[in-house]
Formats: sequence, structure tokens, C-alpha cells
Amino acid sequence: MIPGFGLALGITFAWLGIIVLIPLGSLFIKAATLSWADYVHTITSPRVLASLRLSFGASLLAAMVNMVFGSIVAWVLVRYSFPGRRLVDALIDIPFALPTAVAGIALTALFAPNGWIGEQLAKLDIQVAYTPTGIVIALIFIGLPFVVRTVQPVLIDLDAEIEEASATLGATRLQTIVRVIIPALLPALLTGFALAFARASGEYGSVIFIAGNLPMVSEIAPLLIVTRLQEFAYAEATAIATIMLIISFVLLLAINLLQRWAEKRGQK
Amino acid sequence: MSMPGAGLTARLAPAAVQAARSESPWLRWALCGVTFAFLGLFLVLPLVTVFVEAFSKGTEWYWNALIDPVTIASIKLTLLIAAVSVPLNTVCGLAAAWAITKFQFRGKSILITLIDLPFSVSPVIAGLVFVLLFGLQGWFGPWLRDHDIKIIFAVPGIVLATVFVTFPFVARELIPLMQDQGMGDEEAARVLGASGWQTFWRVTLPNIKWALLYGVLLCNARAMGEFGAVAVVSGHIRGLTTTMPLHIEILYNEYNLAAAFAVASLLALLAMVTLAAMTVLEWRAAQSRDLPAETD
Amino acid sequence: MNRGHLIAGLALLAGTTAQAQSIMLLNVSYDPTRELYTQYNKAFGAHWEKTTGQKITFQQSHGGSGGQARAVIDGLEADVVTLALAYDVDAIAAKGLIATDWINRLPQNSAPYTSTILFLVRKGNPKKVKDWDDLVRKDVKVITPNPKTSGGARWNYLAAWAYGLKKFNGDEAKTAAFVGDILKNVPVLDSGARGSTMTFAERGIGDVLLAWENEAFLAFDEFGKDKFEIVAPSLSILAEPNVAVVDKNVDKKGSRKVAEEYLKYLYSDEAQDIIGKNHYRPRDPKAAAKYKASFANVTLITIDDVFGGWQKAQKIHFAEGGTFDKIYKPGN
Repeated sequence: MIPGFGLALGITFAWLGIIVLIPLGSLFIKAATLSWADYVHTITSPRVLASLRLSFGASLLAAMVNMVFGSIVAWVLVRYSFPGRRLVDALIDIPFALPTAVAGIALTALFAPNGWIGEQLAKLDIQVAYTPTGIVIALIFIGLPFVVRTVQPVLIDLDAEIEEASATLGATRLQTIVRVIIPALLPALLTGFALAFARASGEYGSVIFIAGNLPMVSEIAPLLIVTRLQEFAYAEATAIATIMLIISFVLLLAINLLQRWAEKRGQK
Repeated sequence: MSMPGAGLTARLAPAAVQAARSESPWLRWALCGVTFAFLGLFLVLPLVTVFVEAFSKGTEWYWNALIDPVTIASIKLTLLIAAVSVPLNTVCGLAAAWAITKFQFRGKSILITLIDLPFSVSPVIAGLVFVLLFGLQGWFGPWLRDHDIKIIFAVPGIVLATVFVTFPFVARELIPLMQDQGMGDEEAARVLGASGWQTFWRVTLPNIKWALLYGVLLCNARAMGEFGAVAVVSGHIRGLTTTMPLHIEILYNEYNLAAAFAVASLLALLAMVTLAAMTVLEWRAAQSRDLPAETD
Repeated sequence: MNRGHLIAGLALLAGTTAQAQSIMLLNVSYDPTRELYTQYNKAFGAHWEKTTGQKITFQQSHGGSGGQARAVIDGLEADVVTLALAYDVDAIAAKGLIATDWINRLPQNSAPYTSTILFLVRKGNPKKVKDWDDLVRKDVKVITPNPKTSGGARWNYLAAWAYGLKKFNGDEAKTAAFVGDILKNVPVLDSGARGSTMTFAERGIGDVLLAWENEAFLAFDEFGKDKFEIVAPSLSILAEPNVAVVDKNVDKKGSRKVAEEYLKYLYSDEAQDIIGKNHYRPRDPKAAAKYKASFANVTLITIDDVFGGWQKAQKIHFAEGGTFDKIYKPGN
């Protein structure tokens, strides 16, 4: 029998407890200092609802854009060979490694009306920076690697024979893609989508620079938490935090169950 | 490899196989075009912006911005934070992956989800929880103050916030791989009389070393670049509790854009070196995977 | 790589212990005072060394005034706070860290310098912005930080409110509508004064920046005089950024003497000159006369006269459900 179960699980629980569970527990205890009515009042105030809607809505949109373009990128990187492919492949991880504040400042510099891209868009009367669109742009940046990196390995492993069989049986290329390839990629696509979504919904550093931060319009939920803190309203801040936390937990649990389902489906 | 398709492939002419697995040239060009445009817009341009702005006042200016004592202090602090938090998370990530992949127990899905949780928790919340615990108005704050122990607004608090944010990286990288590998190797080693630690060092670790390194590098990159969580617990004492990302914000707020981007370019450079290292690692990992397959 | 980290870490630890030999003084301040205190710390350090022979290592922390007050409340061990408004110092005092009578411990409401709120417009004033009335025009975009998080923005808001009260002969409802119309023209609401200046100057957003007087002049120096113009409205508010020793912290650290002298010396001739040079309004008549030309000629009202003090103003205007929350409806 392999030893070390007690030790490994002991370390895991001790570390998890100290770093994650106790701190997050304190959040709920602090929020519980509010009466239930106050708690409900806090999290259902129009400004909080608007910020939650924006945070999760923009994340959803960004994750969808990433799912579409990320899978195209993964496809191109896996299936086609072109000079500099390895370099492009390495670039994908940039958003993982670049500090979010730097990303935020750089994107703002690009998309502000006097920036390289913003200037061109301004001629078409499109404003990106300081609007919800800017938030989506920042979140696309943050979430891009998740979709590419989950789809890529599955695409590499995809058996060529299935596609060929499909072609031999008379399916057009489009039919093969829609009926054969996309279903095989679906679990990975959904996982990548959910990861990008979960990461984006809590994002702060890159967004505050490019969002206009107008209450009810372009104020994200994490910013509202910071604002509440600066007004010395700790309980209200933690109330918003608990709602975000619960949504995150449910999301992640869904991802993990999704992965299990995908594994089981793969084994069949 | 006795899939029904294998026989079909053999009968198809090579050109037909090619056709079956690829798109028409115009579609291929279109897809490549979309990829380059998308990556160019969202990844390359921001990166280029960082460097263009950093050198906007010339190389001498760039260099002076980097050797500023406060900048150096922030670089040192960032390295210190990474040096403490990355090894801690590596050990714990290994332990977690070991427990989860080598043994069966109830509630595994919940445990994995809890390990994942820091990853989707807003960084702001990650900082806030430590203020609630160790702040002067928090539970342990008054006791800590009486005993003259500083946690938040000092290095320990920044380490805690960083460890929280980077918690899942190593475990997340290892779990799928170790699950895939199963425990055949370890069981064989035990049968042959190896002790538990010998099994771990001689059998398991060599098997997972590339994934482990990849996880450590990602963890390190995130540890050095974390902004939101650290901003809440730092206190922003210039040159003392300001990490590189916080120092960048300070420089930005002092209208010192070129210097802000100079420090940012250093972090970007670091990111790119990390990525280059990862590419090499992946390549070597692929090689080490291929080699045994060929000798089979 | 890890060994490199370790060495760097040890070097840092060694560095911090070496610093402990001299006195440390942590000044927790708000955003726009960075340049002022960099210069003042040099002057005070020399003064203190001359009179006592001790060297001081200064530590500075800057950020939005409210956030900085929160950090001190949560345990940031500031010896002195130099914040944007009395309310934030009161918040620290409410937690027992500062004696509640702090405002009377130093002359002139414990505010060694004052400032006011002015308009910064683009060169040539293309939108012809002259006074608060122009800010409600549909074609004018106004940049101000968020009053909930920025001390400067609260002064902006109150200055506009005071103008409205005068214009409408004290009619609160008309004043609220007037200030609401100004807020409708705000396209970006940064969390701090520095963020707003960046948005206006560097990103080119907006026609008018509502700014601290010293920030407006600093923007001149930093971004070039050929880009902006300062417009003085007919009426503005006398902003008194307050300073206070954090009693609980200095008693614990044993730094009361140097902390008290640090704030007292702000009223000295040398300090008042530095204050004037940095575009804050000196209290000392001599220094005030010397830098008179660099200050806008504006009629100033005070918060005590028009709003009955900060506690009252905060409660009516900026607390949850206050006038700001009621009239703020962006975009429509």
C-alpha cells in the first residue's frame, strides 16, 4: 500500500484551513453581524444589483467571445503549421503572467480616445474605454488563455480516424465539424468557458483603469466592495463579498462536475 | 489502436485523407487571419504598448527609473514575497495532489472545489478577509498589537494574500497528470522494498517534474504580479510595503508614466522569460513522453 | 533562482533592521500631497537633526483620503495623519485612536494650509467655461472623482452645492437639481483625485476638471502650460486639509515628541514657504503675500458657515441614502 495518506491529507487540510477556509469563514461571520433584513436590503439595493449584473454580465460576454475566438486560436495552433507557431503558442499565456494593473493601464492607453486604437474607433464614433465595452475588452484579455489551454490538449488527442470516417461516409467538412468535432470538444469548451467566466467575474486590477466606474453604469462589484470599505461600511462590504463568493463556489462546483461528466462520457 | 477508422484510412488515397482532415484554403486563411488579428489586438498590442511607453523618454531615463532606490526596494520585496509563498504552495500543492490522486475518500469533489476556490474569488475579497482577521478592528488585531506582531500592512500580510491567490496553481497542474499516471509505478517500487519517501523521491517526483515546474512557474508569475489582493493589505508605505505592481500604481499616480511602464516592462520581461522557460519545459516534457513510447 | 530570492530576502531583512537604528516616522496622507511632503520631510529632517542630533527615516503612504483613514483604523501604525478633510480624521478618532478634541490641538482647526477647488480647462477654453453655471450645459463634459471615495471630490460637490444655494437663494430642491445636472455631465468617475487628473490630462477625456488648486497648478508643471488653463469660478469653498497625531500609535511606539514637533513645524516660516511653493495656501500672512500671485482670486465660503461642519455635511450629502445617492442618476 502506498503510504503518506495521513500526512498528505493532514498538510492539505491544515493549509487549506489556515489560508482559505478560516479567512473566508470570517467573511460570513462579519456579514452575519447584519440583520437578515439589512443583509437583503444591502444586496438588493439597485446599485449593488447593477454592479453584480455588470460584473457577471460582462464576464459572460467576455467568456463567450473567448470561447468562440479561443477555440479558433486553438484550432489554428494545433492543426496548421506556420512560421513562428511556437512563439504564438507561448504568447497565449501572457495574460496569466502579466500583472493585471499593467494590463489595465496598457489597455486604457490603447483604447482611450487619444490612444492608437481608440483614435481610429473615435472616427467611427465608437467609444470603448470608460464604457462597459472597455470592461469586456479587459476581461477578454484576462480570460483568453483559459479557453485555448483547455481546448488545445483535447484537440491534439482527437482521433483523426473519426473525422476521416465521417468524411468517408459522405459528410461534408462542415457537417463533420458540426456533428463530430464540436461535440467531442464540447466538454473542454464548456470548462474553458466556465473558467474564463469565473476568473473574470472577480477581476479588479485590470478593469478599474479602463472602466468609467460610474455607479449603475460601469461600476463592477469588486470596486463597489472597495468603495464600501472606504466608507467604513465593513458589514455591507462583506455582504456583497459573500454573494460573490457563493456564486463563485457554485460555478466552480459546476465546472468540476462538468469535468467528471466529461471524463465519464470519454470512458464510454 | 484498432479503431474501425484505421482500416478506412489505409484504403483512402493520401490526398483524400488530407482533404478529409482540412478545410478549403480560403477558410484556412480566414481562420489564421482571425487568429492573428485577435491575438494581435488583445495580446501583442498591449505588450508593445508597455515597452513603447517605457522607452518613451529614452534608454537612459528607462535605466534611471529602474535603479531608483524605491524601485529597487519594491523589486526586492516582490522577490521576497515570491520566495516565501511559492515554496509553501508547492509543498502544499504536492501534498494535496498526492492525497487526492493516490487515495479514495469521500468528499473529494468538494475538496477539489475548495482548493480551486481562491482562483475565482475576487482578489479584493482575498485581501479583505485578512483585514477582517488581523486588522485592528478584527478578531486577532488587538491581541497582535499588544504583542507587537504586525501582520497586515507589513510583509506577513502581503505573503498571506499572495499565498491565498496563488493557492491552487501547483495542485491544479498536478492533479490531472497524477490521476492519469495512476499508481502502478509507486506500487511496484513498494513491492521492491522502497520506503515511502524513497518511492516519492525516486519514482513519483521524476514522473511529475515537468508538470510540477510548470505549476511552480505559473504560481511564481502570479505571485509577482498580484495587485488587487495585495493593495488591500499593503498600507502603501513607499519603499517598505509596496510590491512592484503597487509601485507601478504609485508611479502612475505621480504622473510618472514612463517610470511606471519601465517597472511594468520589467514584470512583462519576467513574464516572457517565464513563458520561454515553460515552452522549453513543455518541449522537453514532450520528448521525455515520446522516448519511452519509441522503445516500447 | 530560489537561492537568489533567499539572498534578496535576507538583504531586505538586514536592510530593515539597519533602519531601526534611527527614528521612524510614518505619515499617512492623501493623494495630492506627495510632492509637498517629499520636500517638507527633507526640511523637517534637517531641523530635527540640528536641534536633537537624531536622524529620522520618513515613511510616506498616499492614497484616497477615506481609504487611508480606513487603513489607520485597521492598524496601519501611522504616527501622524495628514488627510483631505476633518471627517476622515474624525472617523479615526471615533475608534479611539486619536483624541476627539484633535481639531483644537493645533492652530487654525489643525489645518496648517488650505486650498480650494478650481476648474482646469483645455488651452484656449474652447467650451467657454467661466463659472459653475456652464457645467450644467449639455455640451460640457465634467471630470471629478467619486465623492464617496475621494476627499477632493467631496469638496467639489460641496462647492457646487454652495454656489447653487447662493444662486437659488437657499432653495434646496433647485440646488439639488442643479448639482444633479452637473453630475449628469460626468463621463468617468475615478476613485481618487490623481486618477481624475490622469483621465483628463493623459487620456484627453472631458472639457473641465474640477480639481484642487494645487493639483491644477501641478498639472501645469507636469503636463505643460501650453495644454491647459485655470478658470476661477465666482465662488468656491475653503478646503482645510487637517493634520493630527495618532495618539494610540505614538504612545505605543514612543514617538509622540517627534510626531508632535513634525506637525507643529508645519506652521514655521520654512514650512509655510514650502507650502506656498507647492501651491497650497499658507496660513502665515508673510508666505501668503509672497505667493499671492499664484493663487486664484475667488470668493471662498467655509464648510462651517454654509454646511454646519463636516459631520453634518457628511450625513446629509454623502452617507448611504444622502443627497449624492438621491440625485446621482448617470446617463439620463
